[in-house]
Amino acid sequence: MATTHKNNSLAGPEGSDVMMVRPFKIRRMIKETDDTFSLELGPRDGTRGFSFEPGQFNMLNVFGIGEVPISISGDPTKTDELLHTTRAVGTVTKAMKKLKVGDTIGIRGPYGKSWPVREVEGYDVVVVAGGIGLAPLRPVIYYLLANREKYGKIVLLYGTRTPEEILFRKDLEKWRARFDLETFMTVDRATGDWRGNVGVVTTLIGRAPFDHLNSAAMICGPEIMMRFTVLELQKRGLVDDKIFVSMERNMKCGVGLCGHCQLGASFVCKDGPVYRYDQIRGIFTKREL
Amino acid sequence: MENLERVLAEHPFLKGLEARHIELLAGCTSNVVFKPGEFIFREGEDADKFYLIRHGKVVVETFVPQKGPLLIRTRTKDDVFGWSWMIPPYKWHFDARAMELTRGLALDGKCLRGKCEEDHDLGYELMKRFATLIAERLEATRLQLMDIYGDHS
Ligand SMILES: Cc1cc2nc3c(=O)[nH]c(=O)nc-3n(C[C@H](O)[C@H](O)[C@H](O)COP(=O)(O)OP(=O)(O)OC[C@H]3O[C@@H](n4cnc5c(N)ncnc54)[C@H](O)[C@@H]3O)c2cc1C
Ligand code: FES
Repeated sequence: MATTHKNNSLAGPEGSDVMMVRPFKIRRMIKETDDTFSLELGPRDGTRGFSFEPGQFNMLNVFGIGEVPISISGDPTKTDELLHTTRAVGTVTKAMKKLKVGDTIGIRGPYGKSWPVREVEGYDVVVVAGGIGLAPLRPVIYYLLANREKYGKIVLLYGTRTPEEILFRKDLEKWRARFDLETFMTVDRATGDWRGNVGVVTTLIGRAPFDHLNSAAMICGPEIMMRFTVLELQKRGLVDDKIFVSMERNMKCGVGLCGHCQLGASFVCKDGPVYRYDQIRGIFTKREL
Repeated sequence: MENLERVLAEHPFLKGLEARHIELLAGCTSNVVFKPGEFIFREGEDADKFYLIRHGKVVVETFVPQKGPLLIRTRTKDDVFGWSWMIPPYKWHFDARAMELTRGLALDGKCLRGKCEEDHDLGYELMKRFATLIAERLEATRLQLMDIYGDHS
């Protein structure tokens, strides 16, 4: 399987400057959990639509505060709707959480390499998400379901900290009701009234229904979770060139110019964030990178 | 009995055991059914069994004063739970409760301890399987303790 997943074109809409910030209006704000929210955005500059590949990200600019990379979490087949799901952790993301419907936010992008949704046609696809990692993977699920006949089994394994922190509940309910998508969820901890699974996400892998000889896996979550997930997938017989992970590093330019996001010999913003595991295996487990 | 032996032989946890060992295990095995909410064992009680789940879901939990039960790990179809039967002082360290109607097999630990002493091959086969299980639980517990989705992640 070659890694030909799409890179950003380094050109904005209609060939405009790749670094150009476009103003977007917040059309809707969705509270996902206590600290995580989704923004539905529409362009203010008269341009229409926003195309992206699953796994790509935008630089979101909260004017006067700063800019952060956030993955696109919406449906890639719907170009009239741009969605971002953000966990408020620090200066910019907390300021973003305070914005209101009608406010303006700056957008640069889409940037980065996408999940290899076309290359894995014909395979079983195992999607493993941990915590906020479901946001960059949701477009993958939308895409796979929109092209369902092109894939074998599709398995979603999702783990999060507590039942209260489960993202995209409506989607998960719909997905669990489908016969052509196997969805398994677990939480790390819960109290008395929870009826679902308890245990870390890696515990779902041993039993997940996929053919290891003919499967590809896409993983997104904290790096520790991804490391242990890779180990479990390897135990199931998946080979490294069929495993894809999404890496995070601090970013500034987002387009491979400043070097802020260097990971080994690569720049996460341009060569990632999605990497084929065998291509970063060496640095994936290395300390202090 | 023949049916019980077949069910034991087909359970993933016991797969590969010799027929004579399956026969020995069958002599210590009974069918069990637990209603939703029913406790299978409670912390501090004698650990004289382990369980193979054939259908349903069980949660291993601990009771935290003023907070209620803290759910630690769920077990479902084809899982095994309970290994305190093989480690002195043979007491349960947690509670186990059926979350839904659960059917399975209970293997009598006292009976098995005797058989393992008599037949070390059987003891070794069981020990290998439980060692793998315990190692998997330990790794999962470490990950849980790391709180990987916490604020620092
Ligand atoms: C390619 C890419 C895609 C991303 N996609 C998303 C996404 O879809 N949704 C999303 O919520 N985030 C996403 N992130 C992470 C997001 O960019 C950071 O959380 C954000 O930059 C933090 O900026 P801040 O100013 O709010 O926090 P800062 O003020 O820079 O940091 C404040 C505190 O938050 C901690 N922190 C920083 N980053 C994280 C993090 N990622 N997780 C937990 N704690 C953190 C820091 O250690 C620090 O203690 C992505 C990152 C990359 C590189
Ligand atoms: S953020 Fe500047 S090179 Fe990647």
